[in-house]
Amino acid sequence: MATFKEFRNNVKPNWCPGCGDFSIQAAIQRAAANVGLEPEQLAVISGIGCSGRISGYINAYGFHGIHGRVLPIAQGVKLANRELTVIASGGDGDGFAIGMGHTVHAIRRNLNVTYIVMDNQIYGLTKGQTSPRSAEGFKTKSTPEGSIESTLSPLEIAMSAGATFVAQSFSSDLKQLTSLIEQGIKHEGFSLINVFSPCVTFNKINTYDWFKENIVSLEQFPEYDPSNRVLAMNKIMETNGMLTGLIYQNTTRKSYEDLVTGFKHEGLAKQDMMITPEEFDKLVAEFR
Amino acid sequence: MISQLSWKIGGQQGEGVESTDRIFSTALNRLGYYLYGYRHFSSRIKGGHTNNKIRISTNPIRAISDDLDILVAFDQESIDLNAKELRLGGVVVADAKFNPTIPDGIEARLFAVPITAMAEELGTSLMKNMVASGASWALLGLPLEVFNKAVEEEFGRKGAAIVEKNIEAVKRGAEFVLELAGGPLDEFKLDEADGKQKLFMIGNEAIGLGSIAAGCRLMAAYPITPASEIMEYLIKKLPKFGGTVVQTEDEIAAVTMAIGANYAGVRTMTASAGPGLSLMMEAIGLAGMTETPLVIVNTQRGGPSTGLPTKQEQSDLNAMVYGTHGEIPKIVIAPASIEDCFYDTIESFNLSEQYQVPVILMTDLQLSLGKQSCEPLDYGKIEIKRGKLVSDVPALEGHDLFKRYELTEDGISPRVLPGEKGGLHHVTGVEHDEVGRPSENALNRQSMMDKRLNKLNDMYIRDAIRVDAPHETPDLLTIGMGSTGGTIDEARRLLDEEGVTTNHVTIRQIHPFPTSLLMPYLQKAKKVIVIENNATAQLASQIKMNAGFAEKIKSLLKYDGNPFLPSDVHKACKELSLDGNIQRV
Repeated sequence: MATFKEFRNNVKPNWCPGCGDFSIQAAIQRAAANVGLEPEQLAVISGIGCSGRISGYINAYGFHGIHGRVLPIAQGVKLANRELTVIASGGDGDGFAIGMGHTVHAIRRNLNVTYIVMDNQIYGLTKGQTSPRSAEGFKTKSTPEGSIESTLSPLEIAMSAGATFVAQSFSSDLKQLTSLIEQGIKHEGFSLINVFSPCVTFNKINTYDWFKENIVSLEQFPEYDPSNRVLAMNKIMETNGMLTGLIYQNTTRKSYEDLVTGFKHEGLAKQDMMITPEEFDKLVAEFR
Repeated sequence: MISQLSWKIGGQQGEGVESTDRIFSTALNRLGYYLYGYRHFSSRIKGGHTNNKIRISTNPIRAISDDLDILVAFDQESIDLNAKELRLGGVVVADAKFNPTIPDGIEARLFAVPITAMAEELGTSLMKNMVASGASWALLGLPLEVFNKAVEEEFGRKGAAIVEKNIEAVKRGAEFVLELAGGPLDEFKLDEADGKQKLFMIGNEAIGLGSIAAGCRLMAAYPITPASEIMEYLIKKLPKFGGTVVQTEDEIAAVTMAIGANYAGVRTMTASAGPGLSLMMEAIGLAGMTETPLVIVNTQRGGPSTGLPTKQEQSDLNAMVYGTHGEIPKIVIAPASIEDCFYDTIESFNLSEQYQVPVILMTDLQLSLGKQSCEPLDYGKIEIKRGKLVSDVPALEGHDLFKRYELTEDGISPRVLPGEKGGLHHVTGVEHDEVGRPSENALNRQSMMDKRLNKLNDMYIRDAIRVDAPHETPDLLTIGMGSTGGTIDEARRLLDEEGVTTNHVTIRQIHPFPTSLLMPYLQKAKKVIVIENNATAQLASQIKMNAGFAEKIKSLLKYDGNPFLPSDVHKACKELSLDGNIQRV
């Protein structure tokens, strides 16, 4: 069985020293090993941005797509071969700005894909512009007088879109993050894991210390029931979206793959492509 | 006895025009006639004039006609708009309900049949289609039992009572009109057909069927006119083959989902029209850059922007050939018949895997939606070719990765599917090295660009150009693409009778342009006329750019939303052959 070391490769990430993304990379590698995957059984699909490079830093099948389209690509991979474990990953700009439409619909569709958002509340690779996750008043190169748009709450959006798995974590909490990714992989359906991943270069407000002060861990509430949708929504609102842990999980709703009529468990990619003469005749007969 | 005639049904959208056409033409198909249909419709669901025209013949036909023999009208508007097409001695069968009149200056016989009243007598005005089609059938003097059998098949599922009522509606319509006309009309008596049932389908259905035959098991698409029939067909059929159709949130999701699925090994397509194609442009570049197979069907309609969503046009050529930023290899194939739609779809999937490139299969609205007779489709010709797809590759050592982008002589690299133990590699739209890792190295960049862009050197599809060249040095070479071939052929027959010699080439491989194949025909023709449904002569530009001969190439362009008529082409060719000047249609 593979250990997390087998999910490492020899590529040096181009992230800045101290970037939160390093820990997320490590958490994915650990979680993959912990759930018993081999590298070839994992496909990491990523978007564009600093975080999007992650598919190149994990020893697995990796697909680095185009900006904002990580989820449709990941869903295509899963539909083609449901035997693969598919992790989609990208930044908050990728998933909540340019790709927001796909995020909401991927949540509704509920394919068995784990989506890890590396949320740093800023655009890093383009060197410091505002993101939908930036706080109101947040000054960036594109908002010199401070952002005048409201901050988007991915957790609330996910809940209202009918998510079956919603979690949030902090890149410094490797233990919690690894566990949440494992649970996300095991979840039969779409799992959203939003991870606070501080940008040490361009975001001087939402720093490691700032997160440590402001995060509310669900571990503080031993009675919390993640199967209660109303409670989950309340908790998200009460904490202004700053809570971490498994916030909501619906284990009763079937995944998309299980709801498609006639969809087999063996990957479609492995099935016979040629139709028989009898099948062909039957198809053609309809046009006589 | 005649060998062909044209029939049209007109009315308000949603009042049974479609179903009247369907039942009438299905019955004609039973008798073995060749049929060619044209739908005139608007971008709305209920209301607005709509009409369906079919041409019926004992010989293969691939064009609508200029004129009309029988017009069935559910309202006066249908007569007013369409009576001008009636040939001398033509017939109008109209609903007596609206006291139909024939416009001044048109000589046609009018049979007012209480279509709505008869249908309502039988219980529902929905049966107007049966009364109307029954009346049409009777005027042609065709055997009623064949028609009744078609009715039985159409309504059999709904029970014997419904079948009986519909047959009664047919009978009443038939009897009433025969009484008015004094029996079947001799001048519309068709020669007997060969009795062999043809396939009768629209291009979109042939593409759907072809994709199943090609092993396509997934489709990701967003509804759009005139492409939606492809997804509607496949969602009915794919589950029987283990696959499915995903209706995505937009065309960007559709095409990127298709890229993901193709990467993971399932033949997957998407289909759209101009607006959707525009949204797909960035992703087409991703497929080209990552060498991921991809098949996109683009059913062209009137552009630009929302344009004429339900009308004929061939104006996306430039978008398909040049679209996406940067430079990628890409194949654009233009089927020119229903049979082509089927075989070309299979070939598109094969080429996309053999060359690891995006393939755009382009139709136009008339080819996608015009229902027509189709020769038998040959199971024996179905072949699945997956190119350099490999499996069971040797295990990797240490940090090695599979050379997914290995530099090879033909530029095509071995491809493995995720899940393969020894196949680990990276895929990225960033410029990359042989194992798929990002690289900005100048030498690598140049090698990778050359590798990708040279893959399609000397690539020719089946019948990259289709030639009908009976003359060594013709007066005229006509060139077209897509659905226009049949119309051009009819015009050429007229020209031939008038002593103007013509050769014809249908361009089927739009990109990469088959220059060397076309060259000899351009050289030998005295004059060349390129016939296309757009305003800026996009096909002619491709020819001039690739092959030259700008001085002898003229264009016949039509962009009013309607397909060419044989008379349009005949007139333009005649003018060109006489003085070298032609008017745009």
